[in-house]
Amino acid sequence: MHRVSRAKRWGRGTTVLLVAVIVYLAALLLLPLGAMVAQVVRTGFGSLFRELLAPDAVRALELSIILAVIAAIVNGIFGIAAGIVFVRHRFLGRRVLDALSDMPLSVSPVMVGLAFLLIFGRGGWFEPVLQILHFKVTFAFPGLVIATLFVTLPFTLREVSYVLLELGEEEEEAAAILGASPWQIFWRVTLPNIKNALAYGVTLTVARALGEFGAVLILGGAISGKTQTGTTFINVAMEERREAAAYGMALVLAVASVLLLLVLEALKKVEIKEAD
Amino acid sequence: MKRTFGAAIAAGPMGLGARVGVVLYLLFLVLIPLAAIVERGFAGGVGGIWHAVVSPMAAHALVLTLWTAALMAVVNAVMGTATAWILVRHPFPGSRFLATLVDLPFAIPTLVAGIMLVTLFGPQTALGGWLTVHGVPIVFATPGIILALLFITMPLVVRAVEPVLIELDPAEEEAAATLGAKPWTTFFRVVLPPILPAVASGTIQCFARAVAEFGSVVVVSGNIPGKTLTAPVYIFGEVEGDRPVVAAAVSVVLLLVAVGLLLATRVLQQQFVRRERA
Repeated sequence: MHRVSRAKRWGRGTTVLLVAVIVYLAALLLLPLGAMVAQVVRTGFGSLFRELLAPDAVRALELSIILAVIAAIVNGIFGIAAGIVFVRHRFLGRRVLDALSDMPLSVSPVMVGLAFLLIFGRGGWFEPVLQILHFKVTFAFPGLVIATLFVTLPFTLREVSYVLLELGEEEEEAAAILGASPWQIFWRVTLPNIKNALAYGVTLTVARALGEFGAVLILGGAISGKTQTGTTFINVAMEERREAAAYGMALVLAVASVLLLLVLEALKKVEIKEAD
Repeated sequence: MKRTFGAAIAAGPMGLGARVGVVLYLLFLVLIPLAAIVERGFAGGVGGIWHAVVSPMAAHALVLTLWTAALMAVVNAVMGTATAWILVRHPFPGSRFLATLVDLPFAIPTLVAGIMLVTLFGPQTALGGWLTVHGVPIVFATPGIILALLFITMPLVVRAVEPVLIELDPAEEEAAATLGAKPWTTFFRVVLPPILPAVASGTIQCFARAVAEFGSVVVVSGNIPGKTLTAPVYIFGEVEGDRPVVAAAVSVVLLLVAVGLLLATRVLQQQFVRRERA
């Protein structure tokens, strides 16, 4: 029955629309990806690997991975805590905080860099404190961490709070009535229910952290072997006209993002299967 | 009853700890940094901000950022809705791949997206060279900015509209068709009204992301002051040139745009929730 009605609606207009959508997506997304892969092939894998195995490239990639792991852990924990707090708790200012946690999605990375420079940099609000503690934030590792944490803040939170909202409180309430402590409810009821959303959010967090450019460029300064990340390495390599190095690192990041995309797909499938 | 459980947990030491932690984290990581921009931006008072914004370079950058983002958002609204419609209502062999492809821009670093566009449309490439000769340069020109913005925001409208379309009962559309409504009439009178808040919210998200975009635009646009220099790239130049007050002043304007758009999406979402409950 369903099949018949679907066939009936598959008119000429639908075919035109279908072709238009496929052509549009292929031209917008696949063509540029293909062009870069072709460029990589032209450059040659030999020189690519030589550039990628150079110490500054390895160090940059290492730093990007470390930052992504830190962001995944810290904002993963924050995402769970804030999701529960925003969805389950009722208190004054909850909505304002919830809205505030969305700000990183629409604040320019450049402004993120500027904001933390104004706080931690020369003449900044916290500069006296940092001087007493002999702690350097700008153009150093802590600055990169803070910038990455800012830009990746909302991802896990959005996924987790959406699921918590859909779920409602019945299961948690039942556990409480049966005498479970808050920790037991969290570990045995809440966490198993949100684990897919958590995995999805953390994967998005890792992708965003690996891809961050503007904020880590301003706060880190892209110092070779010290504060240079994968993306800022590409930028420096482009400016120095080291094409093989730039395309090599771009390829590594592109491959990483395609892998993360496949993880997201797999997670979606798991969720659909569990829902059935 | 529904509220009492959450409230009971919230009142406990664990709930209180979580709440204090969340508030402090947001305070230090988001609120104080944004406040620092506002404070420095207003260093020269409202007049200072005005002065910074109406300087020819900044004014041009702001106008360019706003109009390219607006044009791009309209294209995305149409193509995003069409894509979501095809994916949900007319699955075909390969639509699974298409659905995955749509998410690509979420995973690809925006800087890498910019590099991809340059390798496709750059003046030294076959396609880019041909287009430049025929008077439509893409890279290092405005069309490149719009293309880059289209690329990085592609998933937003699709992902906003998709879940709403899935929930929507196709029986209504079939009824309209059975009663003799043309496909376009069915779309505008039956499908569009319930998905409109989602389309609007996705489009606003596109616009907000586009106004903030740096990584892809800085590679693609060529950053020619007064021509292809966007507002975020202008702010970057002022930061690097050690003029934080000017950078902060222009940032305040972008921040106002961001906050306004955020509030707009919140209102739309609430309307949508209300409609669902009704």
